[in-house]
Amino acid sequence: MYDAPKTAESTVSQNEIKFDCRDCQVWYGDTHAIKDVNIQIEDNTVTSFIGPSGCGKSTFLRCLNRMNDTIDVARVEGQFLLDGEDIYDRKVDPVQLRAKVGMVFQKPNPFPKSIYDNVAYGPKIHGMAKNKAELDEIVERALRRGAIWDEVKDRLDQPGTGLSGGQQQRLCIARAVATEPEVLLMDEPCSALDPIATALVEELIDELRTRYSVVIVTHSMQQAARVSQKTAFFHLGNLVEFGDTGEIFTNPNDPRTESYITGRIG
Amino acid sequence: MTDASIDTAPAAGGKGSLLGSDARTKKRNAAEKRFRLYGMAAIAIGLFFLLVLFVSIIRSGAPAFTRTVVDVEFTLTQAEFEAAESELFKTKAYSNLFIQKLKSQLDAAGVEAEFDESAIERLLGKVGSTLREFYRANPEQLGQPVDFELAASSRVDGYFKGRVSRDTLQDSRFLQVSDLDLVDRLEEAGVIRQAFNWPFITGADSGVDNPGGAGIGASVVGSFFMMLVVLALSLPIGVAASIYLEEFAPKNRWTDLIEVNISNLAAVPSIVFGILGLAVFIQFMHLPQSAPLVGGLVLTLMTLPTIIISTRASLRAVPPSIRDAALGVGASKMQAVFHHVLPLAMPGILTGTIIGLAQALGETAPLLLIGMVGFVARGYPDGFIAGFTEPNSAMPAQIYTWATRADAGFYEKAWGGIIILLAFLLTMNIIAIILRRRFERRW
Ligand SMILES: Nc1ncnc2c1ncn2[C@@H]1O[C@H](COP(=O)(O)OP(=O)(O)OP(=O)(O)O)[C@@H](O)[C@H]1O
Ligand SMILES: [Mg+2]
Repeated sequence: MYDAPKTAESTVSQNEIKFDCRDCQVWYGDTHAIKDVNIQIEDNTVTSFIGPSGCGKSTFLRCLNRMNDTIDVARVEGQFLLDGEDIYDRKVDPVQLRAKVGMVFQKPNPFPKSIYDNVAYGPKIHGMAKNKAELDEIVERALRRGAIWDEVKDRLDQPGTGLSGGQQQRLCIARAVATEPEVLLMDEPCSALDPIATALVEELIDELRTRYSVVIVTHSMQQAARVSQKTAFFHLGNLVEFGDTGEIFTNPNDPRTESYITGRIG
Repeated sequence: MTDASIDTAPAAGGKGSLLGSDARTKKRNAAEKRFRLYGMAAIAIGLFFLLVLFVSIIRSGAPAFTRTVVDVEFTLTQAEFEAAESELFKTKAYSNLFIQKLKSQLDAAGVEAEFDESAIERLLGKVGSTLREFYRANPEQLGQPVDFELAASSRVDGYFKGRVSRDTLQDSRFLQVSDLDLVDRLEEAGVIRQAFNWPFITGADSGVDNPGGAGIGASVVGSFFMMLVVLALSLPIGVAASIYLEEFAPKNRWTDLIEVNISNLAAVPSIVFGILGLAVFIQFMHLPQSAPLVGGLVLTLMTLPTIIISTRASLRAVPPSIRDAALGVGASKMQAVFHHVLPLAMPGILTGTIIGLAQALGETAPLLLIGMVGFVARGYPDGFIAGFTEPNSAMPAQIYTWATRADAGFYEKAWGGIIILLAFLLTMNIIAIILRRRFERRW
C-alpha cells in the first residue's frame, strides 16, 4: 500500500472540506475495486479524477451519492463524511443525499420523455417551483447552463432520447444542475462532446465552482488541467496521488502518475 | 452457423475485386438465402393451417347464425279474442284461427296445400299458446295487424340446411315426409324463409330436445362477469407482486424460492386449479356453486402466474440506466418505479394481462369442476350483483356442453359458439394492440 494522500495535506487550503473520505473500500463480490482510499474534497473547488480505464474512478464517484446501493453485489466500507456527517449512517436517507449530491452519468441516460420533462422532473419532485411559470424559468436556466438551450428551445416537447449523443449528455448535465445540488459529480461529461460544447460545459463547471463543489472524472489530461484545481490519480483501485492540479501535472511525486500523464501507462 | 469458424480465419482474398464476390461470400449468401426460404416456408405452413382452421370453423359454424322462420300477418278482433277465451280448449281455438289465416295466405299466393293441426304443431310447435300468450299480454294489439315471426322446429331448420332429408325421416314421429312437402309449399308461397338467428346470440341454453332454441347470450354474460372478477383481482395483485419482487425485494433464498414457485404455478394444469377451487371456495368457504364469482376466483389463480411472469419480464427489460437517472436527481425508489419504470413497462404488462385474460376466457376444464356447465345457463342474471352469484355458465363450457349432446342441431351450435368465442378473443387482441400503440406513442 502506498501513502498517497500526503500531498493533499501539504497543500495550504483556504476552502472548507466538503467530503472527507477515510479508509474507503469497495468490493464487487470478490473484486476489490477501491482500496484504502483517503481523500478530502473541498468546497468551491473542481476536483478531477484521472486514471486508466477500470481503475475505479466511477466506482468511487458513485460512493459519494450512494448510487452503489443499487448494485446488489457492491459492498462499501469506510467513512464518507459530507459536511462532517457520515452519509452511510443508518439515519441517512439516500434520497435526501442524492438531492444534495447530483450526478451526471458516464453514459447519457435521458428519460424517454420530452426535453422539458427531463429537466423539470427533479425540480418537480423536490417542490422547487410553485407554478408553471417558475418551472419554465428553472428549466430554461438549467438548459442554458447545460449549453443546450439554443439547440432545443424550439422543440422542448420532443423526446429527449431523440437528441444526438452529445446533446443528450448536455441534457443530462442540465437535468443534474436543475435541482441545484451542493456537490455535482460528473462522470466523463465531455466524452461525447465536440470542442465547442466541451468549452461551454467547462465554462459551466467553472461557474458552478463559485457555489458548489464539483467532482469530474475525465480521460483528458488537458481538460483536467484546464478546469480543476485538485487532481486525484487512481490506479488499480488505489488513490496513487492527490494534490493541486498544477503540482500533479508539472511535478508528480509518484512515478506511476508521471508515466500515466505522459502517456506511458493507461 | 457453420461458417462462423471459417470467419475467424484472416480474410482471404482481401486484394480481389469488389465487383465479383469470392467463394466464401458466395457461400454465406447462399446460406442466408436458404435460411430465408426456410423461414418463408415455415410461415406459409402456419398460414395454411390457420386458413384451414378458419374455413372449417366458418363453414361449420355459419348455419348457427341463421334460422328458419314462418312469417304470418295475423289480425285478431276483440270479438274473436272473447270467443276463443270462452271456449273450453282455448289454445286449440287460437291454433284453428291461425290455420285459417295461413290457408288464406297460401290461397292468396296461389299455392295449394293440405294440412291439419298436428302438422302445424310438428312444424312450428304450439302455435296456439304462443298466440294466446301474446294477446293476453298485449290486449291493445287486438284488432290490429301483427307480424308474427314463428321459429320453425329444428328438424325443419335442418331440412333447409341439408341436415335432414326425406330419406332420414322414414319413421320419425317428430316430422313426416308429408310435412316436408308442406314446407316446400310454404316456401313457394314465400311464407317460410331463413332469417338471421338473433335468438342464438341473445338467448340462453335450451333443453336437450330443443337445439333450435339454444342461444349463447347467457353464457357470454357469465364469461363477462367472470372476466370482471379476473381482471379486478389478477391485474392489481399481479402487478403489485411483480413490482415488489423485481424492484424492492432483496435477492435472497426466499425470493428465489418464490420465483421458482411462480414459474411452476404457471405450468400447473388448469384442471388442478378447478379441483382446488371446488375444495376451497365451494366446499370450505361455501361460496355459491356454478357462480361466475367462483369461476373468476379460480381463473384468477390460473392467470396470476402468467401476469406476474410477463410483468416481471417487461420490468426487467427497462434499462437500469433509467432507474439510475431517476435516483440520481433525488427521486425515491418508489418515484423512480412509478414515474419512469412502470410507464415504460406498461405495453408489456398490458400484453401479458390480455394474453392471460384470453387464456382464462378460453378455459373449460376448471369451470366444469365447479359446476359452471353449459345447461346451467338457463337465463340472464337479474341485476349486477346476481351476475356474480347466480349460477351461470361460460362460453367454452357452453360449447363443450353442446358438443356432447346427441342432436346434430347442437353440433352446429357448438361451432357457432366457437365463432363467437373467437370474435371475443380477436376483439381483446385488438384492444391490446390499440393500448400498446397508445402507451408507446407517449414516449
Ligand atoms: N456493477 C459492477 N459489478 C461488478 N464489477 C464492477 C461493476 N462496476 C464496475 N466493476 C469493476 O470495478 C472496477 C472499477 O470499475 P469503474 O467503473 O469504477 O472503472 P472506471 O475507472 O470508471 O473506468 P472507465 O474509465 O473505463 O469508466 C472494474 O474492474 C470493473 O470491472
Ligand atoms: Mg467510469
